[in-house]
Amino acid sequence: MATSVISPSRNKGRWNHLHKVLSKPGPFSDKDWVPGQDTISALESSKILVIGAGGLGCEILKNLALSGFKDIHVIDMDTIDISNLNRQFLFRQADIGKPKAEVAAAFVERRVKGVKITPYVGKIQDKDEDYYMQFKIIICGLDSIEARRWINSTLVGMVDLENPESLKPLIDGGTEVKLGFKGQARVILPTLSSCIECQLDMHAPRPAVPLCTIATIPRQPQHCIEWAHQIAWQEKRKDDTFDSDDMEHISWIYNTALERSHQFHIHGVTFQMTQGVVKNIIPAIASTNAVIAASTTSEVLKIATSCNPYLENYMMYAGEEGVYTYTFEAEKKADCPVCGNLARNMNVDANMTLGDFIDSLGEKAEAQLKKPSMRTEEKTLYQRFPPQLEEHTRPNLQLKLRELVEDGQEIAVSDPAYTIDFRFRLHFK
Amino acid sequence: MTDSFPAALSGPTSKERKYDRQLRLWAATGQQALEDARVLLVNSDGPLGSSSTGVVGAAGVETLKNLVLPGIGGFTIVDQAIVTEADLGVNFFLEEESLGKSRADETCRLLRELNPDVQGYSYSKSITDLLTDPNFLPRHKLVIISGPTKRSTLDLLSQKAQELEIPVLYIHSVGFCVTFSLQLPAEFPIVETHPDPESTQDLRLLNPWPELTAAVSSLGDLESMDDHQHGHIPYIFLLLRFLEQWKQSHGGKAPENYKEKTEFREFVHSKARTSNPEGGEENFDEAVAAVLKTVSPFSLRGSIRDIFEMPQCQQLSAGSADFWVIASAIRTFYNAHGVLPLPGSLPDMKAQSADYVALQNIYKSKARKDVEEVTATIRQLETTLGRATAILEREVEVFCKNAAHIKVVRGRQIPQIRSDSDAALLKSVRSGLQMPESLTSIFIACQILDAVVDEIQSTPALNERSVDDEGLWMAHKERILALLLRDDSTPIDEDTLENIDNAIQEVRRAEGGELHNISSLAGGLVAQESLKVLTRQYVPLDNTCVFDGARSRSEMYRL
Repeated sequence: MATSVISPSRNKGRWNHLHKVLSKPGPFSDKDWVPGQDTISALESSKILVIGAGGLGCEILKNLALSGFKDIHVIDMDTIDISNLNRQFLFRQADIGKPKAEVAAAFVERRVKGVKITPYVGKIQDKDEDYYMQFKIIICGLDSIEARRWINSTLVGMVDLENPESLKPLIDGGTEVKLGFKGQARVILPTLSSCIECQLDMHAPRPAVPLCTIATIPRQPQHCIEWAHQIAWQEKRKDDTFDSDDMEHISWIYNTALERSHQFHIHGVTFQMTQGVVKNIIPAIASTNAVIAASTTSEVLKIATSCNPYLENYMMYAGEEGVYTYTFEAEKKADCPVCGNLARNMNVDANMTLGDFIDSLGEKAEAQLKKPSMRTEEKTLYQRFPPQLEEHTRPNLQLKLRELVEDGQEIAVSDPAYTIDFRFRLHFK
Repeated sequence: MTDSFPAALSGPTSKERKYDRQLRLWAATGQQALEDARVLLVNSDGPLGSSSTGVVGAAGVETLKNLVLPGIGGFTIVDQAIVTEADLGVNFFLEEESLGKSRADETCRLLRELNPDVQGYSYSKSITDLLTDPNFLPRHKLVIISGPTKRSTLDLLSQKAQELEIPVLYIHSVGFCVTFSLQLPAEFPIVETHPDPESTQDLRLLNPWPELTAAVSSLGDLESMDDHQHGHIPYIFLLLRFLEQWKQSHGGKAPENYKEKTEFREFVHSKARTSNPEGGEENFDEAVAAVLKTVSPFSLRGSIRDIFEMPQCQQLSAGSADFWVIASAIRTFYNAHGVLPLPGSLPDMKAQSADYVALQNIYKSKARKDVEEVTATIRQLETTLGRATAILEREVEVFCKNAAHIKVVRGRQIPQIRSDSDAALLKSVRSGLQMPESLTSIFIACQILDAVVDEIQSTPALNERSVDDEGLWMAHKERILALLLRDDSTPIDEDTLENIDNAIQEVRRAEGGELHNISSLAGGLVAQESLKVLTRQYVPLDNTCVFDGARSRSEMYRL
């Protein structure tokens, strides 16, 4: 058989396959597009930022390097954990404890000759607009809605209509919203198309269990675990800072939850469940990550080279029953707090206290704000910082909304996680 | 306070920690099935003519990556190619030092690095040679073939696999286009289909069993309860109690249609206390919200009825698979009671801890009783049939819990458009094409690619031709379009012809080459289906999927 195999020297080169596709028009590529060397040069000179070097990030870095990109940067603040090894394929047992961004960058640089990958171990919030301005495209492989909202509002804020270079396409991949076999890829052109904030209510948080259930009437094993985590730890071990990666801490929560479950004759508290509840673990597998990461990288390649039309603007994938994708255009919203100019309408119960209203913002799909402060045009309703102002506005927490605002009045909400204000128009139910 | 629990409970093993994120999806049984499985990847079967070294095979290797990471038992790579420069630009599991070496050996070596628990084997031989050893194929639980490949090879492999009931996946990843088909055994039953938990609740509100009815009666008079008690009655009890009252005033009939159910919902709503400080009751809100979904008589889904009526379920033998014996016992249960065994799970609801646990126990013990009844039938069947080993209790339990959602996929062969294709296949392709912008056109373009490659490989005189040879493409396109008209002479309309031409142009753009990124996506999708087939959990593709990377969308077809 070996006689029929062609010697390597007869092959045209390493990027043969990619360059074929970039050197010919396709049926869907733009009529004005010029394939060939200029397109290939544009690809090779595009500086790309990858946010996240986890399950999606590892795949994205590999995919970008083998899609011909030469200058890639990656940000991640995490270190490698044993539970990453079932999908984050750039990491080995010996890497446990090392920073993900550095190990991933070094691995891909070693494997794919000619690519430069610059890691940054830290938070995206450490970097300013000048930093983000250097990239052509930004691609996110995150598992945190908060980080996505932050980068989204930063990129929207950077857009200067006089300078087309200031508009940085944001390609976002996610697998954490639904369990295991699901995910989505989306393309955001800041200020021009629907942004992460416009789509916030499509990714509603899981409703939290009411505190009174946890404290007094547990029914599920999860309620017992929440009790151990939220209440018993505070009572018995308030001097220790709880660390969900500390096995002794998790064991204590598990044993405490197990004892409470016996008291109430509730079955099913396990160590695995304890970890899942306390660390908010979402199942994850390599294959789902591969699908989503590759979907996002395809869009980066298409935007950087124009070799095919890019996604407008959302593709969701579900793999539990066959292979299902749904591709559609999410709407840009006029009342988006980030890219719109109208206040967002919100229906509220006028008899609710301000304190309860503030708590509810954490779970409301259209807000998802954990530490909000708020004011109307005339007065501050509640302000967390500085402490004097907090103390001054604290009595308002007991007042009912109708005692503080008018039906249809607009309020401005700020949250330490974000740089912008969120405007809501409150309508009494 | 925690001293009373043994320290042995204090943590999972390092294997459980490594696989934690996937064990939450398919549990220890799924993991065991993976670890017992060896997967065969036939990544190339010789060069595609003299101007090419063969299929690139990045999609196949990426598929294996996604199976090695979660810990399949082992894999075998069959690939005759020698590593070239072009491979390094597409395949991540090759490195500079791999140049000039066996591609099978090198990809095997670098894939094994991903997971020390997985065995890897490589053969730089032709698969046809390997198949002459009758023990070779049966070592594997799944076969993955990277297309395009010689028709004779594909036929031989898929036929041998069919005889051994080994599933086969046949993949194409060409430029921005992906298509793959799954060949399953004639019947492929799945018990753990993992439906949406919302859809699996079976509360039996319209046909409660005696213990449940007794529990509702023992509540006594709701009016005399204090606000706290009244606000903590589990909503299931509320609905059962108000259903009794409703029936009394409606000639013994439960609400049947949408209009009556909305009236019943109003009736439940009117019973909530509003004079309390909260101005309403959460348990009543839950009851009101549950009316439309849960106040319905039990009805057997058509797909389950079909399974009950299959000959495998009706005519058991000593050698019947466990699935059919249990299914038959459950059919007996259904015929006797008009319902399936109770799954026994209960949603969370506003209630006092003890009341909730008591209610949960009523559901659980009924579920246990149903399992016992089914088990008794099974034991009888086992004796009558003279079966050697008893079906495990656990298996019966899992089956009963999932009885309303079991599935039997009727496997089909890898679809190929050719002169001996059956009428049903051609008809499905024609009907797929009727959808506007259908991706069936990509399937057709890949079929033409297969035919072109097959002709180059099997005709020595054509060996110098490129896989992008204009003459060959035109000839096979005409031939395949003619085949589509074989049984249905309605002409193919202009839009559809344009759609097919577009797909051909996009596929030919790559000249048979792969884009790493699209192959990585294909590897994700194919691995996902492999995991479902190997674990026998979730529902696999039936039977063909096309992904169009140019327009970021996919479609599924039964071909």
